[in-house]
Amino acid sequence: MINIEAYGTFDTAWCPGCGNHSILECVKLALSELDIAPHQVGFVSGIGQAAKAPQYLNCNMFNGLHGRSLPAAQGARLANPNMVVIAESGDGCNYGEGGNHFLAALRRNMNMTLLAHDNQIYGLTKGQASPTTAKGQVTKTQPFGAPSEPFNPVAVAVTMHTGFVARVFSGDQEHLVNIIKQAINHKGFSLVDILQPCVSFNKVNTFGWYKDRCYRLDESHDPKDWDAAMKKAVEFGDRIPIGVIYKDDKPGFEEGMPSLAAGPLATRELNKTKLAEIIDSFT
Amino acid sequence: MSEMSINILIGGEAGQGLVTIGQLMAKALVRGGHDVLVNQDYMSRIRGGHNFFAIRTGPEPIQCTTEMVDILVALNKETLEIHGSQLTERGIVVADEKIDCRGLNALKVPFNDLASKPLFYNVVALGVLGAAVCNDIAILEGLLQDTFGKKGSEIVASNLEVLRKAYAWVKEQNFDFSCMPPPPENPDKRIMINGNEAIALGALAAGCNFLSFYPMTPSTSVALTLINKGKELGFVAEQAEDEIAAINMALGASWAGARSIVTTSGGGFALMVEGISLAGVTETPVVVILVQRPGPATGLPTRTEQGDLNLALYAGHGEFPRAIFTPGTPEECFYLTHRAFDLAERYQTPMFVLSDQYLADSYRAVEPFDLDKLPEVAKPLLKPENPKEYKRYALSDDCISPRAIPGFSEALVKVDSDEHDEQGHIVEDAPTRVAQNSKRLCKGCGLWAEVVPPGYYGPDEPDVLFLCWGSTLGAALDASEMADLKVAVLHFTQVYPLKDEQFMPFLEAAKEVVCVEGNANGQFARLLRQETGYGVNNFILRFDGRPITARYILAGLKNIL
Repeated sequence: MINIEAYGTFDTAWCPGCGNHSILECVKLALSELDIAPHQVGFVSGIGQAAKAPQYLNCNMFNGLHGRSLPAAQGARLANPNMVVIAESGDGCNYGEGGNHFLAALRRNMNMTLLAHDNQIYGLTKGQASPTTAKGQVTKTQPFGAPSEPFNPVAVAVTMHTGFVARVFSGDQEHLVNIIKQAINHKGFSLVDILQPCVSFNKVNTFGWYKDRCYRLDESHDPKDWDAAMKKAVEFGDRIPIGVIYKDDKPGFEEGMPSLAAGPLATRELNKTKLAEIIDSFT
Repeated sequence: MSEMSINILIGGEAGQGLVTIGQLMAKALVRGGHDVLVNQDYMSRIRGGHNFFAIRTGPEPIQCTTEMVDILVALNKETLEIHGSQLTERGIVVADEKIDCRGLNALKVPFNDLASKPLFYNVVALGVLGAAVCNDIAILEGLLQDTFGKKGSEIVASNLEVLRKAYAWVKEQNFDFSCMPPPPENPDKRIMINGNEAIALGALAAGCNFLSFYPMTPSTSVALTLINKGKELGFVAEQAEDEIAAINMALGASWAGARSIVTTSGGGFALMVEGISLAGVTETPVVVILVQRPGPATGLPTRTEQGDLNLALYAGHGEFPRAIFTPGTPEECFYLTHRAFDLAERYQTPMFVLSDQYLADSYRAVEPFDLDKLPEVAKPLLKPENPKEYKRYALSDDCISPRAIPGFSEALVKVDSDEHDEQGHIVEDAPTRVAQNSKRLCKGCGLWAEVVPPGYYGPDEPDVLFLCWGSTLGAALDASEMADLKVAVLHFTQVYPLKDEQFMPFLEAAKEVVCVEGNANGQFARLLRQETGYGVNNFILRFDGRPITARYILAGLKNIL
């Protein structure tokens, strides 16, 4: 097994009590328990407090633009099918700025994992409503209450029969580690929507608020039952189910793309004879 | 020289198959040893409207399109109304017998009798036109064989039957097609290719193996060619959800070891701009193919302009180096795209190839590209020495940090959109910022040292020097040869960076410098002034969406002198 210390320890820019600390620790535990070495994994992130997580890990990192972690992650995945690709960013990045990319990634179903830190608020820009902020919640920029319906990423992913859909809570570490491991092992797109408190800017969805509501799904829930999954996906109020909501082992995107079978693009050599024939075909 | 040439214009509405007829005819001419130059003019619609496909052809090299028409193939009445006035004195009309040709010298073709069903109208047109300009029916037969072979021998046979019937019918008419010059003897082998196809082949020759794109006219055929021709080479392509995804996907792939390209036009490129900046700061190689069309916004979607030079030049917030190539011919499209990949890898910064709709769709006869003559394209590092000590942004004398690919050694490859230290970690301290920003900008010196010099064509110390870039080369050359004055052409295939010692003597030796550009603001002239202090005072500009021609330039020159 890879020692968790291989993933390093760094000073962070996060507030004490932020859910990010717990998520970072769980990511390290999951990777070391899966025996994945730092150089085998590629983290792709956007911009935001959550997106800084790969800065605090020994790993390969592509820290790109706000909202654009998923396209970059999928590009990396297509370039190197041997790389464990994990996109990690917040609710604003994934569901707001990158909303179109989120939908496209669900449709593609490439073998990669999205760890979406979901604190239902914008943290780095100090407290504006995010796509998952509850309707009516008052913020500095929405003084009359957030006017729009909150986005439910889990429900959207289930409607699209996404390969692996989970909702988890940063305060339940043992559970979180287990779900991240399952997500990485799933051969297809895995969404892990991680509920977490923002201690500085979300005074509604606090640690206690989540702790009181989140309950682990037990064996009575069959994640392959789409109707049951939809019911659990939209359960978000007094009680919030956490665990694997939906799972579908349908073939991944890669299986429909024969040119990926020849391995990483970095190791390919140009077939000059073939290309000369192609040029000749223009005669 | 294009004096020996004739211009064949096939006009009709969208959906009548005029592109198919045009492509086959042009290819037949190339196989027969003629030179060709195609100008495609089409509307942004699938059915109806008025489109044309013009083939200028002859035994001598053809440099640009022309307004004058020698053979007008009218697939409908409107074509005659629109193009009738462009007919030369020797001009001939080829039209269906039902169309009233109003006394013009016309070959009236009984389309219904020659085609057993409307499906074969195209082949009738090809047979008729082929009989007029191509004396060897075997060339046309071979083309139909190649085109329909995949659909089975029955379909080939029925097409051949119609072709022969139409061809024989024309021969019986004894119509005078003497305006068509005979083909040269023992011609060299050539391929027929347009600008976009040549860009795609140049990319493949450079080992490009990854494309992410969103379809946009007139760039789409670069992507189509990469996908269709790249299939056998293991090429990986993904049609992204939008252009923002396309550029970010290309960069993620490049980081992970792909050789990436994105293809787009102005509006799509505008969406990619933040990603260009990301390529700059993360020092991630990418080649951007920007095939211009007139803007602003949706503009004239299927027409031509050189209006996006400023966009490419300034795209991306912050400061980072880049190079911009502006090919003038399919050959230059091929070789400069190939070069762009090498520079992108060596300097780890975005490279641009600017083309436009005219060049994109303009088929030409060119010598087959010789892959053995191409220089090797630089490669990234799969396994750096001392992988555990590897730093993606290591400072060095030449400002270029070896680019390792993640996953092939224990080296950790961290690339960062934030300002970063040598390892790629986010930092905010001033000295590191200055060191890293300087390191990135310093790469521009290397790019400057390697600038492709502009092409100079014509006599020394001319009365007039046409200054141009990109697709206007052929028109400028033709105009320089047609003018009564001593005229030369200075053509830039790389417009940025500019290296003044390569061209200032030419500008200073000319009596008058006239800038020829397909835009309204003289964007290149402004860039030239900004970079060198040299001001151009004479302009021939065109921004009506149509290609610049020799006649257009000569008319403009008359106004200036």
